[in-house]
Amino acid sequence: MDRNSSGKFRAVVAGVSSGGVEALELVISALPADFPLPVMVVAHISLESGNGLALLLDEQCAIRVKEADEMEAAVAGTVYLAPPNYHLQVEKDGSLSLSVDPPVMFARPSVDVLFESAASVFGAGLIGVVMTGVGSDGSNGLRRIRDAGGVTVVQEPAGAIADGMPRSAIDAASPDYIVPLQQIAPLLVRLAMS
Amino acid sequence: MEPEELFDIEIRLLLTGIRQVYGYDFTDYSEASIRRRIAQWFVSSGYPSLSAAQGAVLRDREVFGSLLRGITVNVSEMFRDPAFFKALREHVVPHLKTYPFVKVWHAGCASGEEAYSLAILLEEEGLKGRFRMYATDINDEVLQNARDGIFPLKEMQRYTRNYQLSGGMGAFSDYYSARYDYAIMMKSLRDRIVFASHNLAVDSDFGEMHLILCRNVLIYFKPALKERVLGLFDTCLMPGAFLCLGLKEALSGRGIEARYAEMVPRMRIYRKSYGQEQQR
Repeated sequence: MDRNSSGKFRAVVAGVSSGGVEALELVISALPADFPLPVMVVAHISLESGNGLALLLDEQCAIRVKEADEMEAAVAGTVYLAPPNYHLQVEKDGSLSLSVDPPVMFARPSVDVLFESAASVFGAGLIGVVMTGVGSDGSNGLRRIRDAGGVTVVQEPAGAIADGMPRSAIDAASPDYIVPLQQIAPLLVRLAMS
Repeated sequence: MEPEELFDIEIRLLLTGIRQVYGYDFTDYSEASIRRRIAQWFVSSGYPSLSAAQGAVLRDREVFGSLLRGITVNVSEMFRDPAFFKALREHVVPHLKTYPFVKVWHAGCASGEEAYSLAILLEEEGLKGRFRMYATDINDEVLQNARDGIFPLKEMQRYTRNYQLSGGMGAFSDYYSARYDYAIMMKSLRDRIVFASHNLAVDSDFGEMHLILCRNVLIYFKPALKERVLGLFDTCLMPGAFLCLGLKEALSGRGIEARYAEMVPRMRIYRKSYGQEQQR
């Protein structure tokens, strides 16, 4: 396992809540089809939307976007969305798993659950991103990513539709990068190529 | 060594010990979920390290019991995924009604919410007194909760909405009586369900069934254990019988896939074909 090979990234995880659809559209549509890492995303969206968000984003974006399936191998150049009402986690072998464990701080899927499992698998090889949203989901997870040696990115709160999640994440994790939404995708591309 | 790696090693050692001492095998469970649940138990346990807790877990059945509750307690909801229950009502029940008596196995029932949901649905659809449900789980303590049929009253509003969306025909409140902060399910419903201990990882099958529900259980299992459990279900299901999985669980790519057809797109309701056994 190359969890100690800092600078060589193996995955991206991102979390978003209120205002998330617009934010995800902007970030994911700016990722190239050959983006060299898998991207796992938790978005708090309503149950009724089903896998509509994944289909919508897949249509709009160059990079492949899909809802995560149970025990599916996460591959580069693909964005995996947590299904509504399921937690999304990463297994030791890099495959994805789902759970219906209780909501964490009222959230299922929970950003923290994804971030914490990914941090323990990828260590320093992980990039974590917290974007617009109400509340503090993602803060504990981002701190875990930082503690494991990964790179942490937070959307600049001033420009966020809801600034609770970014502010809380900044307080909790003192992130490496605090950038406007438009700059997140270019930053991810730059980091991924490094 | 990093703390995360050390914790992983401690978990592996602990699970091996639990298997040898108590016979519960969690080694084929999804690591991320088990890790998270053990970590949660560990934080609240007060031991300085998981290795330190291990001695107590392996020697003291009560300490093991508290860990087991942490590992296996799962949440359930009534009429979770209303569209699934609607499809069950419309596409499966008409077939079940052609039998004089119907046997149902609900595997991994946790605290029983889904078992009661299914019992309500079958009664409403005219199978009253003509079915028996075996609802099983690995955890005896949650089974007792399920047997008692007592649920927090504050959940009932959400459950009522789910029930209505699933095509419920009556008033959901007719199925329970409220007392203080709890809802107690009707005794006649409870009497239709046999709650029993069963471990999908090691126990054998449960006799011939017309319908098996096992929703959001396989997501916690590694591929080899998934195959084992699906094989177990395949043995129990009669030709033409039904298997229902969670909305994110599928038979595609699994060993038994060839003998099953999905009846309603994306609802994970599978029907076993007739006559394959003789042809093979």
